[in-house]
Formats: sequence, C-alpha cells, structure tokens
Amino acid sequence: MKAISSWGRLSHEGHNVIPLSDRHHVAKLIQIQEGRVGIAHGMGRSYGDVALNPNGQLWLTTGLNHLIHFNEHTGRLRCEAGVLLRDIQRLFIPRGWALPVTPGSQMVTVGGAIANDVHGKNHHLLGSFGDHIQGIKLVRTDGTVIICGPLENTEWFAATVGGLGLTGLIVEAEIQLRPTVGPWLDTETISYANLSEFFDLADSSEKDWEHTVSWIDCMSNKGQGIFKRANPNKDLKEAPKMKAEKKMPFVPPISLVNSLTLRPFNFAYRNFQKYKAGFGIAHYEPFFYPLDKLLEWNRMYGPKGFYQYQSVIPRNVGQDGTQAMLKEIEKSGEGSFLAVLKTFGNKESIGMLSFPEPGVTLALDFPNHGSRTHKLLDRLDTIVKEAKGRIYAAKDARMPRELFEAGYPKLNEFIKYRDAGISSSLSRRLLGS
Amino acid sequence: MNTLKRIVIIGATSSIAEHCARIWAQQGLVELILVGRDQKKLEVVSADLLVRSPNTKIEIATTDFIDPNAIQKIVDSLFAISPIDIALIAHGTLPDQKNCQNSLALNFNTLEINGISPVLYAEAFAQHMAKIKHGSIAIIGSVAGDRGRKSNYVYGAAKGLVTRYAQGLQHRFAGTRVSVTLIKPGPTNTPMTAAMKGSENFASPEDVAKTIISGIESKKAVIYAPAKWRLIMMAIQHLPSFIFNKMNI
Repeated sequence: MKAISSWGRLSHEGHNVIPLSDRHHVAKLIQIQEGRVGIAHGMGRSYGDVALNPNGQLWLTTGLNHLIHFNEHTGRLRCEAGVLLRDIQRLFIPRGWALPVTPGSQMVTVGGAIANDVHGKNHHLLGSFGDHIQGIKLVRTDGTVIICGPLENTEWFAATVGGLGLTGLIVEAEIQLRPTVGPWLDTETISYANLSEFFDLADSSEKDWEHTVSWIDCMSNKGQGIFKRANPNKDLKEAPKMKAEKKMPFVPPISLVNSLTLRPFNFAYRNFQKYKAGFGIAHYEPFFYPLDKLLEWNRMYGPKGFYQYQSVIPRNVGQDGTQAMLKEIEKSGEGSFLAVLKTFGNKESIGMLSFPEPGVTLALDFPNHGSRTHKLLDRLDTIVKEAKGRIYAAKDARMPRELFEAGYPKLNEFIKYRDAGISSSLSRRLLGS
Repeated sequence: MNTLKRIVIIGATSSIAEHCARIWAQQGLVELILVGRDQKKLEVVSADLLVRSPNTKIEIATTDFIDPNAIQKIVDSLFAISPIDIALIAHGTLPDQKNCQNSLALNFNTLEINGISPVLYAEAFAQHMAKIKHGSIAIIGSVAGDRGRKSNYVYGAAKGLVTRYAQGLQHRFAGTRVSVTLIKPGPTNTPMTAAMKGSENFASPEDVAKTIISGIESKKAVIYAPAKWRLIMMAIQHLPSFIFNKMNI
C-alpha cells in the first residue's frame, strides 16, 4: 500500500499501486482480483477524487508512454495513454503540428485528458480534447478490448470521452494534431472593470482570436479582472530560451493562501497585469501552462490541501450567476487565489459526461478550512443549480450527488457502459458504486 | 566510411535504457541496436523511437541474458557486421528483498541477472574492443552496490559484483582507447519502483539518462546519477558499523 494524493492534496490514503508499462499485458494486470476494483491513475493532476480508490487497486498509466505511429502528412498520432501532453507538444510543434486543445497544465496524460474531456482557452473555436480523438483502444477488466471512435462504436466513444475512467482502461488513442506555424503567440492583455465589460470582450474576441481567457479578482465583487487573448504568431521562428522549472520545496505548515496574502496578491496581480496591458508576444508554454513552471505549486496550500470549484452556467444567466457567486465569495472572506473566467463556445461536447457546455465557466480554488469552506461551496452549489449549470467532476471532491445528477442529464445512458471492475472514490460518491 | 555511431543497448526495454535511446536518437547520426528478451517489447520501443526521430537507424535483436554461449554469439555477430562504438549494458531486475529472503531460487535469479549477466556481456564486448582498440563499455550498476544494506542486500551484492568487475576492467584498459564506465543510479522513478514509498521524489529517468550519456561521452570511470549520490554514498560507506547498524535503510 502506498499513500496517494490527488492534486488538491485533500487526502493521503493507501492504494495498491499496479504500474502498467507493457500495453500488451494490460488486460492481465487489471483483471479483478479477490473482488478488488481499481481505477486508472496518470499524473495525478485531477484535483479531487476522480482518480483515487483508497485501499483498492490503482493502475498507474505513466509507464504506458510510447508513441506508436505518426503520419507526417495527415498529422494523425497514435500513442499509448500514459504519454504526456508536454512530450507531444515539445516533439511535434517544431515539426509543424500541435495538440488542437490543451488544458492549463501540460503535465497530464493523454488518457486523463480523454477521460476528463479537458478543454482549453480555444474552446469557442475547437471544442474540447475529445473532439480531436479519432480512436480509442479500451481494455475492460473482463479482458474484452473495445476499439471506439467518432466512426466506430460511437456509443462507447461517447461514454469514454469524459467518462471519468469508468468504462474501461484507455490503453491507446489516436489524436488528430493540428498544423501550427510555430511556438509563438501574439497576445493582447486588457483590463476590465466589471462583468458586463468581460462579456463584451469575450463576445467580440471569439471571432478573431483563437485563445481567450480571463483572470478575475474575486476579492472584490465588482467583477474586475484581466482579459487575455492570443493568436499564433506566423513570423517568429527561433526557439525560446527555456528556464528550468522550479519546485515548491516543501509543504508549509499552514496555507500560504490565506486572508493575509489574498488581498495583496489579487491587488498586486491586477495592477501588474494592468501595467502590462497591451500587445505582446508569448511562447506557448508560459501562455498555456503558466503554473507548470512552479512544480508542485499545490503544496502552497499547506497540509490540509485545497478545493477547486469549476462550474459552467448557461449564457442567458451568465452575468447574474457569476455576479452572485462573486458576492458569496466576498461575503465568506474565503478568497480564491487564481479565479479564471471564460466563455465556452456553442459546440456540444461528444461525451455523455463531458463538462463543457455552452455558457460561461468560472474556476476557483479555496484552501481547505473544513466546514467554513464547505458552507461556501454549498452556497455556490445553490447558485449553479438554480442557473441549471454543472460542476466539473475532474476537479471535484465534494459535490452532492443530486447536483451531479441534475447537471449531467445523460447519466442514465452512461451507466450502461460502466466496467463493473472499475470504481473510484468519485464514482462511489456520485454514482453509488 | 561509416559516420554513424553504432550503439548497442542490452536490456533496451528498461526505462533508463529507453530514455538513453531517446536522447541518442534525438542527437542524430547514430545507429541503435536494441537487444532484449521480448521481441514485442522491443518493437514497441523501436516504433516509439522512430516516431520521435524518424531518421534513426534502428535494429532489434532478442537473446538470452544468462546463457554464456548465447551472449558470446550475439556480441560476436554484432561485431561481425561492423565495430560497436558504445555498448550500454542496462538490463536487470529489482526484486523485493523480503521475497529474496524466503526463496533461494529468487536469490539465485537476482544474482544471475543483475551480477553475472552484465559481467558476461561486458567481457564479451571487451574481447572485441581490445582487438580493435576502440569502444566504450558502460554498465549500469547501482548505489546499492556500494554498501550492503538490509533493505536490498541481495540486489546490492549483485551490483557490488559489477562494481568490482568494472574496476578490474578499467585497470585492464587504462591508457588504451577503450573506456569503461560504471553508472550508479540512485533510486529512479520508473515503473519498476512506482509502487515504492516516496518514488515520486526519486530522480526522473530522463534526468538520469542525460547524466549517463554525458558521462559516457566524457569517458568518466564512475557516474553517480544524479550526482548527489556520490556524496551520500561516500557518507554511507564510511559510517562506522555501530552507527550504520542502527539505521533503518
């Protein structure tokens, strides 16, 4: 047994870790043994309990890190599920191809990106990760192998994309990469004073800008923040100077994110970004993955860990709902360090349990202060539920089952595709088994 | 004249070896010969290298790791084609010490695969390199070979054998154009160690591979990877036993 935590570091319980490194032997290793069920686990970047299974089997996929085939003409890449998005980007961007969609960290596996159907700053243009998957090889705990994709076994595909790892173990995937002109982006940074300005910026940017995202200052309920948008830069070719990653060296005894640090941080960040407002050029790594440079930044929340809370609510109630959430946060005094606000495009997600849907998504993190934090999150739940929105399961460690059921109407259909030998803390909490 | 550097990797499907192969392939101008026991696994590694570095020349070969005749035969056959510039001997297993204590058979296997087998390979390469007066032999040992410890002394004994052997081989080739490098990785975060406590803080195989390759290039006699293990093991080797025996390591 080995103590395993997820990115939120809320628990450190023992798991029976089973490393997978040979894709031809996966079926044997994930067979149900003595009734012990398991769940796949990659880089452990999910915040909550989607990839945890205390006292049970944890199938570690990071050893499945082989590329299988690449077609230089079509940009189709076949690889094992434990390959890191970072490795794909670093290998193929110099060759003119890039991942069409990447989340805020590139230190995640392909399998995890599919199972959580992750999204990025270009959702309005290219949808989510699953939209670019051409095939998945799924191995079930009874030994069956299912090949699925947008043209084959489509119902299995829809269950597996965003399927939280519950339909089988994703062993291989085929990804359609996208032609890219290089690693550089032309960026523009604009400050906004309130939510209505944010929505104006978001709407007017969607047509001409590939990437949009914003940071919102949730220490004040005005809804002021910084909007960033970017497009690929076609002229700059030279390779950047890469700085080495730094690492959060230890877990501080208390969270460094607290009432004393939050206000000054938010104030300083807003003003620093305001000062930087205007046009610029950025390398894709710091633009897409700003936090990857500080490895294990999640340690700064101290030994009790932290909660991520990411919701999406429909556009028609987007402004009021977001405003209401900001008010609750301000009232509670539990500030969020890095609050991210972004509009999703109108593209419907492939997965039955995919998170992205048309609307506006707000991502927040809160140091774990026990019941104080839970009470705030409960109040945010109420707003999300009233707005007919949903919570992102990949980041969740505590949402009530009824909110999950209300947010994901295709849940009943999904259940038919579950693998009886697979279970996670999250599936027991939200699906009952 | 053949300008490609010919590199043989014995145990090419091991995680550290694979990462060395990735770096060499990326550097270019190499011909890699991947040797292992499992054809399918070798094919997986070879396909991966070809996606990463499409112009690399790669061959794979399967063989036995224990049988001296098989070892002699495969090394002879490699040199029969053309000289080998670098031989990286990287295979091995990491058994659970407790299981070793309960099974003489596992003890035997551990000593064979981690001790005797790499020595036989090195000796076979040495025969040929001595003749042509050219080549580098790099053997992956372990910090575990520096001092016997209760947590892994059977594995450590095998690696200790490799350490003594490498010293002798270095003595033999001193002042010649054949170099012998002994690599001693500290605990490395590989599938082999993934279930161990604290493995997330072990060195990454990428970093260990980088250290190994630059060490082989500079023909160092002993490489600790990462380098800090040289100091740590120096301290551990010199601890008096009345202190050492109280430690739980």
